[in-house]
Amino acid sequence: MRNFEYLAPTQVKAAAQALSEHEGVTAVLAGGTDLLSLMKQRVANPQRVVGLRGIRELHGIAKQGGGMRIGAMATIQDLLDSKAAGAYTALMQAAKGITSPQIRAMGTVVGDLLQRPRCWYYRNGHGLLAMHEGKSMVPNGENRYHAILGNKGPAYFVSASSFAPALIALGAQVTVADAEGERQMPVKDLFRIPGAEGERENTLKPNEIVIEILVPSVSGWKTATYEVRQRRLLDWPLATASVACRMSGNNVRDARVVMGHVAPIPWRSSEAETALKSKGLSDGNAEAAGKAAVAAATPLSGNKAKVQLAGVAVKRAVMLAGGRSVV
Amino acid sequence: MTIPVSIAINGRRYDREVEPRLLLVHFIRDTLGLTGTKVGCDTSQCGACTVLLDGAAVKSCTCLAVQADGAEITTIEGLADDGGLHPLQESFWNKHGLQCGFCTPGMILAAHEILRTNPDPSDEEIRHGLEGNFCRCTGYQNIVRAVRDAVQEETS
Ligand SMILES: Cc1cc2nc3c(=O)[nH]c(=O)nc-3n(C[C@H](O)[C@H](O)[C@H](O)COP(=O)(O)OP(=O)(O)OC[C@H]3O[C@@H](n4cnc5c(N)ncnc54)[C@H](O)[C@@H]3O)c2cc1C
Ligand code: FES
Ligand code: FES
Repeated sequence: MRNFEYLAPTQVKAAAQALSEHEGVTAVLAGGTDLLSLMKQRVANPQRVVGLRGIRELHGIAKQGGGMRIGAMATIQDLLDSKAAGAYTALMQAAKGITSPQIRAMGTVVGDLLQRPRCWYYRNGHGLLAMHEGKSMVPNGENRYHAILGNKGPAYFVSASSFAPALIALGAQVTVADAEGERQMPVKDLFRIPGAEGERENTLKPNEIVIEILVPSVSGWKTATYEVRQRRLLDWPLATASVACRMSGNNVRDARVVMGHVAPIPWRSSEAETALKSKGLSDGNAEAAGKAAVAAATPLSGNKAKVQLAGVAVKRAVMLAGGRSVV
Repeated sequence: MTIPVSIAINGRRYDREVEPRLLLVHFIRDTLGLTGTKVGCDTSQCGACTVLLDGAAVKSCTCLAVQADGAEITTIEGLADDGGLHPLQESFWNKHGLQCGFCTPGMILAAHEILRTNPDPSDEEIRHGLEGNFCRCTGYQNIVRAVRDAVQEETS
């Protein structure tokens, strides 16, 4: 790891002021479970690191205005332990997927949203777009775990966060601060597909800090997350789906279906949502939603199997939301 | 550039000047000479470097010493407070929960975390709680038995 200057401010404003407006010069440190591994690999080489742990207002999870506030330094374990979070089934199921207690104790929920892609080209220093002589190495390379949707290029990596699909399905917002003030936006708008090397997969400016996630009430909604994993141990999922359905009686009035690990951003499937609208959460409708979700998938040379797995994730998430058990 | 940190390890406070990039595990092993904590993978996979930070198990290979400023750390050397063995250490010994022993300090601290949050875990819950720790020798069976044994020792 290259050396750097370390600052531990106690105020959000001071933290934001310590950040550079230029990409890659400074970095925000929450639990460090992702940032430090990138710094060890010399993929990230910030000259200054700004630790958020000493900012008291960023800690904690609490009920707020009918919904819930997750502070930027709240850990995954804090979420699992929190009474306020219990009603958010989709979020709790995503949290349980992260099995290592040590990661849950250090890793924050916000850090999970902002963790950089796991793409092995990126992690080995080839850049987010894995460009070689003007072309991405991914479409004809080792692409088993890469994108099957949103992969028209030049980006083929997948969004790594299991919480992002759940939070988007739940309609959550984030509050973002810079030295001047704060703004709010839907979690969905945090993500973008980069168009050129040097662009990130999130829309935060280098000198902005996420200070909280605000999740609205889920009263009247049924929500669930299902993850398809290769093995239970320590790996990121192959595909996940989070669904949230606002019910009117037994029928779905509104549906949000968001897939994870299938595209460079959390992938909202309007096709699956349409397949559910005004219908019940039966197994047949779950199956139809799963099929619709991947109907437009465009797998790469080595990841056709992922199409089916993503469809299964959607189907099972819908079944879970409908109160069915899936094995 | 170095910055001052004050970290309590096993009940004793250490004030040192450290480089910001110094990892907590190197602070513990190299700066303080407490070599019970191991470095296995160095990439937050194997759990050999597990220590307790303010009571919760964390991987000290993926944590900066400066992140632990003001915190209280427990390493394997500090688990038993009277110079004897902690019940978990006893039961790993009795139930053959180790072969080469490299994973053992991390395993025992991870097991400590399980029992802190769940005083009477099932085998399933024990296995779940050890998912951040790898053992290349034992096949885990005796580790699970050792943790279960420690529970029975505590409750009998
Ligand atoms: C072994 C292992 C298994 C894992 N399995 C899974 C899994 O199955 N599913 C899953 O979703 N994740 C998984 N993860 C990822 C884990 O959840 C994240 O590493 C963790 O949540 C990141 O949180 P952190 O606080 O440590 O972030 P850090 O490493 O501190 O930060 C991560 C990134 O976010 C930025 N950042 C953090 N907080 C802020 C903020 N408030 N404002 C602006 N920028 C910020 C940092 O600059 C950095 O770029 C796994 C990680 C490991 C090590
Ligand atoms: S050495 Fe830290 S997890 Fe392997
Ligand atoms: S006893 Fe050898 S690695 Fe576990």
